[in-house]
Amino acid sequence: MKLWLVLAGNSIAFGGLLFLLSAGFSLIFGLMRIPNLTHGSLFMLGAYFAVSLIALGFGFWPAAVLAGVGVAIFGGLVERLLLRRLPGAELAQVLVTLGLSFMIADACLMGWGGDPIAIETPPALQGATYLSSIAFPTYRLAIIIIAVIFAIALWALLDRTRLGAMIRAGVDDPAIARVVGIRVSRLFTIVFALGAGLAGFAGVIGGPILSVYPGLDQDMLPLALVVVILGGSGSLVGSFVGSFVVGFLYNFGQAMLPELAYVVLFLPMLVVLVLRPHGLFGRAVS
Amino acid sequence: VKRLVIVIGLVLLAAVPFWVGNTYYVNIASQILLYAIFALGLNVLVGYAGLVSLGHAGLFGIAAYAGALLINSGSNHFVAILGALAVTLFAAAIFAILALRGTGLGFVMITVALGQIVWGVAYRWISITNGDNGISIATRPRPLGLSLATAPGLYWATLMVFVVAVAAIAIFAVSPFGASLRGTRDQPRRMTALGYHIWMIRFLAFVFSGFWSGVAGMLFLYYNQFVSPQVVALNASAEVLLMVISGGTGTLFGPIAGAALVVIIKNVASAYIEHWNFVLGAIFVAIVICMPEGLVPGSARLWRWGLAKLHPDATRAASAPAPRHESGI
Repeated sequence: MKLWLVLAGNSIAFGGLLFLLSAGFSLIFGLMRIPNLTHGSLFMLGAYFAVSLIALGFGFWPAAVLAGVGVAIFGGLVERLLLRRLPGAELAQVLVTLGLSFMIADACLMGWGGDPIAIETPPALQGATYLSSIAFPTYRLAIIIIAVIFAIALWALLDRTRLGAMIRAGVDDPAIARVVGIRVSRLFTIVFALGAGLAGFAGVIGGPILSVYPGLDQDMLPLALVVVILGGSGSLVGSFVGSFVVGFLYNFGQAMLPELAYVVLFLPMLVVLVLRPHGLFGRAVS
Repeated sequence: VKRLVIVIGLVLLAAVPFWVGNTYYVNIASQILLYAIFALGLNVLVGYAGLVSLGHAGLFGIAAYAGALLINSGSNHFVAILGALAVTLFAAAIFAILALRGTGLGFVMITVALGQIVWGVAYRWISITNGDNGISIATRPRPLGLSLATAPGLYWATLMVFVVAVAAIAIFAVSPFGASLRGTRDQPRRMTALGYHIWMIRFLAFVFSGFWSGVAGMLFLYYNQFVSPQVVALNASAEVLLMVISGGTGTLFGPIAGAALVVIIKNVASAYIEHWNFVLGAIFVAIVICMPEGLVPGSARLWRWGLAKLHPDATRAASAPAPRHESGI
C-alpha cells in the first residue's frame, strides 16, 4: 500500500516536471503549428548550463533561473535566425528543429562529455518529509509545488494579460489576429523563447532526479510529444492533465512492466488518437 | 538510347567490385545500394504522397529484428526473409492506420511517436531483443549455392535487389495508381470529388513504402550480421529522410543520389571527426534553408538563376517557377 502511495507521489512529481516541459511545447505547437523537435534538447541544454553555473559557484536556484533565461535567449535566437527564414513552411521548420536537435546533442557531448552528471539537490530540500506516516522525498514535493505555481502563472499570463489575449488570438486564428493589428510574428519569438526557457528550467529542476546525460533529449522529447498528443495542442489544461496522465503511466509502467514501459506509455496515446485525433482538450488544427 | 544508358549503367554497377578492388569500398557501395532502397521506399511516401514520415527506421528495424530472431531460432534464411517481410508489412499496415489519423504535421508527430515505441521496445525488452547489446546472426544466406560471405558476393546480391526495387518503384510511379497518389498529394479535395478513396490510396502507398524499408532492413541485417537499437533511433529515421530530401523528393534518382551522398559523407566524416551527428544536423539545416527542393533541382535552380542574372532577357522564358512545396495539410 505504502509503495503504491510513494509511486503515486513520484508520478505526480514527474507529471509536474513534464508539465514544465510540455506547456511550452504545446504553446509553440498551438501558435506556430510546428512540433518543436528541439524541445528535448532545450531541456538537456538547460540542465547542462546549470551544471556549469553550479560549477562556477552559483547556488541551485540562481543557476536554474539563469539557465532558463539562457535557454530562452537561445530559443529566441533560433526562432529569429532560422525559423523566421521559412515563413509558412511548417514542414521545413520542423526539419530545421530536427537538424538542430542533432547539433545540440553532439555539441553537448563535446562540451560536457559522455558521462552522466548528477545535479546536487539543494540542501534545504534534501531528505524526506513525512505526510502522516509516509516518508516522501522533500525535493519531489517541491517540484509539485513549483509546477503548480508555474501552471497558475501561465494561466494568469494567458488568461489575464494583454499579451496572453494576443497569444490566444494567434492560436485561434492567426490570419484574423494579424488583421486586427497583432504582430503575430513577434508573438512567435516571444512564445518560442518562453517555451524554450520553460524547457531549460525544467531540465535544471529535473536534474537532481534524472541527472544529465547524452540521450536525455531523446528520452524527454517523446514524453512531451505524448503529452501534447494526449492533451491537444495549444491547450494549457490539456498539457496539465496530459502531463499527469503520462507521469502516472511512465512511473507505474516502469515499476510494473519495466521491459514494456514504453508500450504502456504510448498505448493510451494511440487509443486517444483513434478516438479523438485532436487530443482530449484540443481543437482541430486546420 | 535510354535502354542503352540503362544497360551501360547496370554493367558499370555490376563491375564495381572489379574496378574499385578494395573490400572497404565495395562494402561502402553495398551500403549505398541498401540505403538507396530504403530512401526510395521512403520517397514513395514523402515524394509521391506528400506525407513525411519520421518513423521509417522503425519499419527498417522491425524487419532486421524479426529476421535476426527468426534466423537465431533456427529457421532457414528463406523462411526468415519471408517471415521478416510479412511482419514488416503487418507493422506498416498498423503504422499506416494510426499515422493516417493525422494529416500534415499530425502525421509527422505520430510517426515520430511510433518510431520511438519501436526504439523503446528494442532497447528495453531485453529478454527478446537483448537490449543495447543487440542481436548477431552467424551466417549469410547462400541463394542457389552462391556465397554471400565475401564483400563482392553481398554487393551483387544487394545490387540485384536494388535493380528490382528501382524497377518496381519506377513502374509504380508511372502507373495509374502512382498518378492517383500524386493526385492525393496535390489536390486531395478534387480527388475525393472524382470518387477516389484517398485514405485507401495513402494506406497502400504507406504499406508499399514500408515493404521496401523492410527489404532494406533485411539487407542491412545481412550486411552487418548485427542489429541494435541504434538502427531504429530517431537519428536513423532522420538520416534516411535527409537522403530523400537532399537528393530531391518525388524523383527516382534523387533518393539514390542522396543515399550515396549521405553514406559517403558519413564514412568520410567519421574517418576524420568523431561527431557525425553534428555534421548531419548542419547539412540538414543548410539544405532545408538554402535548397528546400533538394540538391539536384536546387543546383539546377541556382544555375538558372545565375544565367538569368547574366542574360536577363534570354532565359526568362526558360526559368520556370520553382516547384512549390506543399506540407500536405
